Amino acid sequence: MASLIRCPHCGMRPKEEFSIRGDASPVRPKPEAKFAAWDDYLHSRDNVRGVMHEHWQHVGGCRRWLVVERDTFTHEVHSVVDAADYARARAVKPSKVKPKGKTATAAKGRAKS
Amino acid sequence: MKYSALSIFRQALSGNRGWTPAWRESEPKSHYDVIIVGGGGHGLATAYYLAKNHGITNVAVLEKGYLGSGNVGRNTTIVRANYLLEGNEPFFAQSLKLWEGLEQELNFNAMMSQRGVINLYHSDGQRDAYARRGNAMRLAGEDAELLNREQVRALVPYLDFDNARFPVHGGLMQRRGGTARHDGVAWGYARAADSRGVDLIQNCEVTGIRREGGRVTGVETSRGFIGCNKLGLAAAGNSSRVAEMAGMRLPIESQVLQAFVSEGIKPFVDQVVTFGAALFYLSQSDKGGLVFGGSLDFYNSYAQRGNLQTVENVMEAACAMVPAVSRVKVLRAWGGVMDMSMDGSPIIDHTPVDNLYLNCGWCYGGFKATPASGWCFAHLLATGETHELAKAFRLDRFSRGYQIDETGHGAQANLH
Repeated sequence: MASLIRCPHCGMRPKEEFSIRGDASPVRPKPEAKFAAWDDYLHSRDNVRGVMHEHWQHVGGCRRWLVVERDTFTHEVHSVVDAADYARARAVKPSKVKPKGKTATAAKGRAKS
Repeated sequence: MKYSALSIFRQALSGNRGWTPAWRESEPKSHYDVIIVGGGGHGLATAYYLAKNHGITNVAVLEKGYLGSGNVGRNTTIVRANYLLEGNEPFFAQSLKLWEGLEQELNFNAMMSQRGVINLYHSDGQRDAYARRGNAMRLAGEDAELLNREQVRALVPYLDFDNARFPVHGGLMQRRGGTARHDGVAWGYARAADSRGVDLIQNCEVTGIRREGGRVTGVETSRGFIGCNKLGLAAAGNSSRVAEMAGMRLPIESQVLQAFVSEGIKPFVDQVVTFGAALFYLSQSDKGGLVFGGSLDFYNSYAQRGNLQTVENVMEAACAMVPAVSRVKVLRAWGGVMDMSMDGSPIIDHTPVDNLYLNCGWCYGGFKATPASGWCFAHLLATGETHELAKAFRLDRFSRGYQIDETGHGAQANLH
């Protein structure tokens, strides 16, 4: 995996500052949701081989929750966005997961920052 | 060809020209009674026990790479049965019993060595937890001994007993545990299954599962369509991908676990020793290399390689437990893709699709389970009924609330 991750708030930082929570695609059901929905949220996983969105937390920096787009086979990191932006974008268009907010591309080097 | 001391002498006298391949190069037939996806330890053991225990020999094992190229050749070779919970311990106890007779049964040297497994404890609370675990093991008929500090010191003198943060207070010992040569286990099962008529088909990747009327009728592969009456999946880290071909989503996350071997040194580590303050386990191979490993890398991965951050953590744990290893050079490191289930326990069960059976979710613990997993999965495939020892390993246990959660971490796959 890339040694440096571009946090949308802190810029390029070492990967060791981040903690990985896991798959960002399951959406927590409403409290009154049916049992099957909760079971699915808690236990079933797509377990993608390829590009996956993950919740990461920048524990050694801004402590914001982020969503990292990463390939589970090549370990390539494609993009990093704030989790709030990701959630807003997903709420507007469930099929489109890339938000319009502040984004950063990890692989593109320092030129943008 | 039966292997024996006599056959070695005979071959030596005839210039070793008479050895035959350990198994045939099989071409896929158009139809089999049972197809097993995955030519690792579990798949090969399943094929062997199908032939031996149930007389079903029209069986194919499909492997996308070469036999034993996955986790069976990527683990730290530890064999043990030190589980706490009822659903787990009798299964692993039976597995250990099968290990004890395995080499004679397969006529293959798997270098099974019952050198003992010691889990160290570093606090009063941890001692109580290990005492409870030891009692649970003994209730299941296994051996377990709670050792105090001096008893551990007599066996394992090189530990950092007075570590300021994690002093060694004692350990839980299972004397019948130990190690086995992992490749030898795969080869032994492969050869024994092949000699009973099972077709082992390598470089044959499953690309689709054909269904008619809710029943599985065969698999599409990189070598064409192969029909079957029953299909068993034993694809470990790739289980989710194969199950998806039959429209299933599994309670599995694939994560990478790394393992390490050092340069060869003189005999030093006589047992398998595990650190209680961090996840770390150490043994020494017969070649002299220290074999050790630690935690997952904690992210989803299909890559069979890990990151340096975890390497550093493992080395730190090694030096905290055994300061003497700090100058030993590491020779090799590699990763395996673990099928981490949501409660840390395996699945051997029917699926909602007729004639499709599932064996997965082995997390860190698949190698030691190899014989019993094959035994129980073969029973399920042959009879259609769950084996007594695997009755807790149901796929629907998550929705029914019967998780077997050894560590009590809940539905977070990478914490088990």
